[in-house]
Amino acid sequence: MDKLKTVGQPVRKKDAMALLLGKPVYMDDIVPQNCLVVKVLRSPHAHALIEEINTDVAQKVPGVVAVYTYKDVPQKRFTMAGQTYPEPSPYDRLILDQRLRFVGDAVAIVAAEDEAAADKALKLIKVKYQVLEAVLDPHEALDGPILVHPEDNWRSLCPVGADNKRNLCASEVCSDGDVEDVLSHCDYVIDHIYHTPACNQAMMETFRTYTEMDPYGRLHVISSTQIVFHVRRILANALDIPKSKIHVEKPRIGGGFGAKQTVVAEIYPAFVTWKTGRAAKMIYTREESLIASSPRHDMEVHVRLGASKDGTIRAIDVYTLSNTGAYGEHGPTTVGLSGHKSIPLYTGNLEAFRFAYDVVYTNRQSAGAYRGYGATQGIFAVESAVNELADKLGLDPVAIREKNMVREGQVMPAYYNEKTNACALDRCMSRCAQLFGWKEKFPVRDMGNGKVRAAGVAMAMQGSGISGVDVGSATIKLSDEGFYNLSIGAADMGTGCDTILAQMAAECLDCPVDNIAVFGADSDASPYDSGSYASSTTYVTGKAVERACQQLKENLCAIAAQMLECKPEDVEFTGQGVRRLDGGGEVSLMDIATKSMCGNEIPVQVTYTHSSPVSPPPFMVGMVELEVDKETGGVEVLNYVAVVDCGTPINPNLARVQTEGGIVQGIGMALFEGITYDEKGNLLENSLMQYKIPTRLDMGHLRVEFESSYEPTGPFGAKSIGEIVINTPSPAIAHAIFRATGVWHRELPITPEKVLMGMKAKG
Amino acid sequence: MELKLTLNGRAVAASVEADTLLIDFLRAQGCLSVKRGCETANCGLCTVLMDGTPVLSCSVLALRAAGHHIQTLEGLQEEAADFAAFIADQGAEQCGFCNPGFVMNTVALLRENPDPTDDEIRAYLAGNLCRCSGYEGQLRGIRAYLDHKKGRG
Ligand code: FES
Ligand code: FES
Repeated sequence: MDKLKTVGQPVRKKDAMALLLGKPVYMDDIVPQNCLVVKVLRSPHAHALIEEINTDVAQKVPGVVAVYTYKDVPQKRFTMAGQTYPEPSPYDRLILDQRLRFVGDAVAIVAAEDEAAADKALKLIKVKYQVLEAVLDPHEALDGPILVHPEDNWRSLCPVGADNKRNLCASEVCSDGDVEDVLSHCDYVIDHIYHTPACNQAMMETFRTYTEMDPYGRLHVISSTQIVFHVRRILANALDIPKSKIHVEKPRIGGGFGAKQTVVAEIYPAFVTWKTGRAAKMIYTREESLIASSPRHDMEVHVRLGASKDGTIRAIDVYTLSNTGAYGEHGPTTVGLSGHKSIPLYTGNLEAFRFAYDVVYTNRQSAGAYRGYGATQGIFAVESAVNELADKLGLDPVAIREKNMVREGQVMPAYYNEKTNACALDRCMSRCAQLFGWKEKFPVRDMGNGKVRAAGVAMAMQGSGISGVDVGSATIKLSDEGFYNLSIGAADMGTGCDTILAQMAAECLDCPVDNIAVFGADSDASPYDSGSYASSTTYVTGKAVERACQQLKENLCAIAAQMLECKPEDVEFTGQGVRRLDGGGEVSLMDIATKSMCGNEIPVQVTYTHSSPVSPPPFMVGMVELEVDKETGGVEVLNYVAVVDCGTPINPNLARVQTEGGIVQGIGMALFEGITYDEKGNLLENSLMQYKIPTRLDMGHLRVEFESSYEPTGPFGAKSIGEIVINTPSPAIAHAIFRATGVWHRELPITPEKVLMGMKAKG
Repeated sequence: MELKLTLNGRAVAASVEADTLLIDFLRAQGCLSVKRGCETANCGLCTVLMDGTPVLSCSVLALRAAGHHIQTLEGLQEEAADFAAFIADQGAEQCGFCNPGFVMNTVALLRENPDPTDDEIRAYLAGNLCRCSGYEGQLRGIRAYLDHKKGRG
């Protein structure tokens, strides 16, 4: 293959300077400021029925345009999860419901001319609640006496093992080999439960949506979303109107991380606009974003890991209890990754595995999609168990991984029997150990000032899109003067996919990236794309771009052949134009573009749609050095080194920053971030004061490198990077803290208080 | 109530409520670079300069700005573009939502201390949260700019 010119280059993001200079590009910057302001009254109870609700006084507040209650909304249940239809997530929502299922659940919708009027009206809505006993503990949910969804019109569209009369959102068991038999023959079995509480994506731009009626009588939605096409379907379901009546577009997005793969804010202004005909917007407060959104699923992962004396890992048994909260968004799907993307890391010598799970409803904030999507939780558990095993056997945790890790060419029974076509996990490990200085840093060092330094390690994998499900499309068009328009339905949420996909197009069309104008995403104008989630955009949509460009080149050659009076097979595409192979003439792209607009019947616009039957995993190794203060239990991360195999990094700068961002989120998850509740079901971390995310003083020094493999099914050999990067910090940090203190922390976040108490308890 | 101040070098007179926050006033004036990320003065997204000093506009009443000179990123485009290009070259702008606040505070830092160490940069910008970039790329960008400036000067 020729040397790549654009792919693999650290191209500046197309929108970089606009973003850095604060240009008005986000939803609330671009919509009319005189639209209605929409607000939601939220339940003060974890479980209650609305006995009476009186909005008369609220309606009379000057400036208030409408107040809606459960009596006003369609009675068909739907899910807010942005997934391919039929969604695995159950249809368990109404826009407003008489039954309230968590503190923060929507009680009423207010639309007013301004915020002050809306706020005033919220206070004047009179509600009489019949407070019910709540089920907050996931252990008590399954087959317990309190049902979160007793209603008869609850529906599960897919066979995911759900039963609302048991508080069960999903359940499954799968296995390969006889896990009990192998475990019974192992010299050692590590048997522990690991707990990762819910945590919030905390993207800096909260959920927000603007809606208006367009001149054709359709609902026009501008939303900060990762999934324009799913938003269209979900709003149509929620409002019970035809999908043809809805048009969704996304502007620049202030971060998503999966949060915006759920239709969190959209339904409220959409309902208001549909009812009143007036333009409306809803901007979530930070508090709403923390208490009534779509955080990571709280999961308890029980691992039994069997090995022989020499460290051969022979069997892994994983049972996950996932808490989906009040509604089932992404409940049936996130949980699968907790086993299917942790166990396969140890395919090397594995003789048997079993993976079982239950996903239960409780009266807590409903969960959703967050970067890592269940893999993060499972990898914390399995990687911790492997570190515990290494400690028990007195083996080097790097060596035990090298002995057991999955390698290129292996079939992974726990990963849908997919084969690793491209896997540089072994090289990631040796490179990481060398860059980090594992040999020198692994031994525990007492610094003599009450502080101890130690190191920890973890591996990770993820997928690249949802195999056989995700669809990516690209439309590429030759325009005046010979530039190209690239339209996509994938959503750039800051990750830079607009630029990355343009790089691929530029590579295929042999032109500068500046010659590719990117457009997306718009449900009317973009070709269909499932959306930007599941680490799919580079891998799935990227392939569509590659194929679309291929087809376009053929069409351009056909037009040029007419102009050059020869057969299409007698010309070649040069990047600047098309020339006859016999040297008998050449036409420029501009000539072809001009010709395409005059007496032409060959399209200069091509759409290609791609889906992949496989989901090749990226792999990664992370190593942390940290310092524990024995007096305070404080943990300071000093160094974090990671080596990633994402296949070919299309844009090494953006891949690096994705990795760094994911690691820092992972550090937050390991050390500070976690959602907790009081006994009444009130969520305690309802502001960025209580929900502490890492600052630039909390992360130490990061070093990220790439060990590339070449994935034959991906565009230019690429796999994915967006999600995997959050997976290593929790287990690596827990490992290092054990090394420093002698205490395993099996529940996140590992706060100074827990570290100190742990050391005290140990004596 | 009547509020008079200088906004990005321009005299502005407007009527505001007693409880109008500076951030809301500025956005209503078309300074849409000013972003809100929280309600608790924790994120730094709303940073603007008051008489050259960075303040959190979500935590200042608009009336407190009476008679003062407020600068937002709209008014500092060239000064910011100078170093922002180096951050762009790292790909560290990411979603960009935190960028205006972070850039404003960086302007203030570089005015105060034209040659900061990495630790001084981290400390000065500690109040500017970013959920996307992991901070390291922002630092590399600022460092590259400072190195470039030295090479030039
Ligand atoms: S908006 Fe968060 S500090 Fe001002
Ligand atoms: S770039 Fe997204 S929050 Fe900083």
